Amino acid sequence: MSMNTQGRPTSAGEAAATAHKTFTGNKALDMEEPLIFEIGRTDICGVDLDEVEDFQPRLGKHERKSEIGLVGLSEPETMRHYVRLSRNNYAIDAGLYPLGSCTMKHNPRLNEKMARLPGFGDIHPLQPISTTAGAFELIDELARWLMETTGTSAVAMSPKAGAHGEQCGMMAIKKALEARGEPRSIVLVPESAHGTNPATAALLGYKVVAIPAREDGTVDVSAVQEKLDLYKGEVAALMLTNPNTCGLFEPQVVEIAKAIHDAGAYFYCDGANFNAIVGKARPGDLGIDAMHINLHKTFSTPHGGGGPGSGPVVLSDRLAPFAPLPFIRKNGSELEVIETRDQLVEGEDPFGRMTAFHGQMGMFVRALSYMLSHGSDGLKQASEDAVLNANYVRVGLQDLMTLPYGEKPCMHEVLFDDTFLDGTGVTTLDFAKAMIDEGYHPMTMYFPLVVHGAMLIEPTESESRASLDLFVATLRDLVMSAKSGETERFAGAPYHAPRRRLDETSAARKPILKWTPPAPAQVEPLVPAE
Amino acid sequence: MRYLPLSNNDRADMLGRVGVDSIDALFADIPANMQIEDLENLPRRKSEMEVERVLSRMASKNVSASSVPFFVGAGAYKHHVPATVDHLIQRSEFLTSYTPYQPEITQGTLQALFEFQTQVANLTGMEVANASMYDGSTGAAEAVLMAHRITKKKKAVLSGGLHPQYREVIEGITHQLPGGSVVSMPADPMGTEDILAQIDDETSCVVVQSPSFYGQLIDLKPIADKAHEHKALLIAVFTEVISLGLVESPGAQGADIVVGEGQSLGNPLTFGGPYVGLFATRQKYVRNMPGRVCGETKDAEGKRGFVLTLSTREQHIRRDKATSNICTNSGLCCLAFSIHMTLLGETGLKKLARINHTNAIKLADMLAGIEGVEVLNDSFFNEFTIRVPANADDVIEALAVNGVLGGLPVSRLEPGKDGVQDLIVVAATEVNTDEDRAAFVSALKEVLA
Repeated sequence: MSMNTQGRPTSAGEAAATAHKTFTGNKALDMEEPLIFEIGRTDICGVDLDEVEDFQPRLGKHERKSEIGLVGLSEPETMRHYVRLSRNNYAIDAGLYPLGSCTMKHNPRLNEKMARLPGFGDIHPLQPISTTAGAFELIDELARWLMETTGTSAVAMSPKAGAHGEQCGMMAIKKALEARGEPRSIVLVPESAHGTNPATAALLGYKVVAIPAREDGTVDVSAVQEKLDLYKGEVAALMLTNPNTCGLFEPQVVEIAKAIHDAGAYFYCDGANFNAIVGKARPGDLGIDAMHINLHKTFSTPHGGGGPGSGPVVLSDRLAPFAPLPFIRKNGSELEVIETRDQLVEGEDPFGRMTAFHGQMGMFVRALSYMLSHGSDGLKQASEDAVLNANYVRVGLQDLMTLPYGEKPCMHEVLFDDTFLDGTGVTTLDFAKAMIDEGYHPMTMYFPLVVHGAMLIEPTESESRASLDLFVATLRDLVMSAKSGETERFAGAPYHAPRRRLDETSAARKPILKWTPPAPAQVEPLVPAE
Repeated sequence: MRYLPLSNNDRADMLGRVGVDSIDALFADIPANMQIEDLENLPRRKSEMEVERVLSRMASKNVSASSVPFFVGAGAYKHHVPATVDHLIQRSEFLTSYTPYQPEITQGTLQALFEFQTQVANLTGMEVANASMYDGSTGAAEAVLMAHRITKKKKAVLSGGLHPQYREVIEGITHQLPGGSVVSMPADPMGTEDILAQIDDETSCVVVQSPSFYGQLIDLKPIADKAHEHKALLIAVFTEVISLGLVESPGAQGADIVVGEGQSLGNPLTFGGPYVGLFATRQKYVRNMPGRVCGETKDAEGKRGFVLTLSTREQHIRRDKATSNICTNSGLCCLAFSIHMTLLGETGLKKLARINHTNAIKLADMLAGIEGVEVLNDSFFNEFTIRVPANADDVIEALAVNGVLGGLPVSRLEPGKDGVQDLIVVAATEVNTDEDRAAFVSALKEVLA
């Protein structure tokens, strides 16, 4: 490693050539920050704790003998360290974050406030049920909103994230097939699907068979039927995202659902894009059997730099009996909490348990806070605005960038391919990195896989018209620049971010996954050896 | 609607620009008979004040841990979290950022993850850690799947000291695997089971929790040795991460995968989630590890920077060949963990662990002094199991009526199991005062009288 242990740059580099080099390596508000292991000390503590006097452990022979290898910082140092780190992050609160399929919408702070009420934030999942009636009431009320918006009659609340929800839905399907005495071996997944879909199916031992997309980016019912015929009696389920990852509503979804059901299979819908149709259509009416809802996408719980998520799964009547423990059984207005098998009654046959405890309660509170705020009218308006904003971006760019499926309306996100960059020497990656210099987080790139050099833009309903106008103008300027041969603007981008392009190849080839103390400096002997 | 920036004029103008005469034209791909006018059973929008009123009313029906003498643990623990932690994780730049797919503008999240991974690896005595799992229980299930991949075997042996819900999560997923099997040992409150006898050449992994669900500290070394003799892996589980400040690390005892719940540091109880799963292993298994991983690299100018790496294991690249289907980690919760850990440091974690242990010893001795009450564990950290001369469920309910949340009756998670109907798992942490302990003892005496 050629870097010194303070983590300061060894050279300021060409990008800063016009400005003079600073002593610290900082550039005004743009500050370098070492690792805690480089600035912390083992004998410093930022929490005041009393020393236990006359400590008499009762640990058997299990007392730790070695040092742990942790360092501490005082409170002001801790504050400064993390505040400085935070300033190297892009965030939806700071700017437009058009990551298609990820839905970076506004995260209301009311939700944060509500989740921190002691009655929600400071209750234990295993304290007596009689002392948490309000928690189960909240879970039940959120469940009602999820069932109403999706047109379904059951929901498994405990999955921890979208992919975990997929796993839950697919496990319910597997269990249902076993209960019918018809275990099956194949799951159909369109090529445009999220990677989690085939990964989930494979995890459960299913063979994944791909369904090709049509010319127009949607799934043809006849392509599904063909596979159902080819693998007669073997198809357990179809996993379909709708609206799909090309930003299009699947127009034949009802026919597809019917074909799947006629073949005795189940229809799993990936609900990542449910935010486009809340209040406009209900997946249950369309014939789905299971669909996870990413509360962090559709219902505004914060993404937190990669989580936590929450992925409740709504279920059709056919799958409801197999929903995992725990669940709430309603007797009139009485809520009964079912945690173990001995509490089950006729008709309940859970496939198991997804997680300890009751699921992502903190996210439930935030999602319900969001839904109550919007109400039925606001949820519908949010979907409409999300779709309108995406189409506004589409028409603002379609003459310069290329739409793989023609100039037709999209849902909440618009997909471009890289044909418009042909001959410019600029790639989708370069284009994305140049957006960073303009102050934007790039769109989702190279996904979905069915389109070459894909750029998937989802502005969400949280953007104002002025914000969209500037975004469109910026992208237009970038396209013109690429077409007029200004490749430097792209090839080395980003120039103005806290870091230039990072070497991901060597990171993967020789992984350095934790900090290790630098080797002690070689001390030159004062007297050369003879 | 306060969250929507478009005015009706904007909408009308924008529809014009898009070239349609109504918003419905943009939804034309939805079959007409499937479109709905309204979500008719749901109420209309509410002001901030109204939402607060509705949710506060629900919250007020719950008894919060801070409002009573509180001794419930069993996988989630009431600790004091410094105010700094919650302030920092609510900074917009952390709270409202996505998974760091564009490392040039997410170095804050990435560096914090790198620091987190180092803390977790060092705490557990392992060589590498990932960037967190959903929680301890799902992490444990992923560890079993990882062991199956490494050993190419599919039999998991689960200790009777494993948290019953962790056991159920592992059983749930492994039962669905072709050829998967699980041997679950009977409930083992005192850590006396003979798990070595269950390990054979078919065994892929042995899953052992220490401190156990019942609080007992378990010697992992002989289990690791026996597992390795049969080319099986030892998966060491913990639910109370603060124990690692005082107890020998699982890595030092020969564990191959260490997985645990990190909620105790930085994260509130929040009724069971979101929490943060800690996951660490040996360097040689790193490419079989599930979940996100952050690694160090350099940028084009030679500056140190961090990126998500080893993504060729992951679902978005490998699809049906991925090591797991995980996409989300527990980002903000692992940040909270890491900040709290940084505030504590080596000195603070050890002190905190000693306070927890001492409070547990004090409580255990006080409870053991009550007639008919027996403390089962001869070694423990901040949690132990008592046997009461009554149905444990009834005792806990009666204590609650008396304003004390006195632990978990084992029968709630293990209904009908032999030998556990009169057991209560009791946790003590730094939040408990002398008054709390006195209130518990006097309430328990009264309930048992």
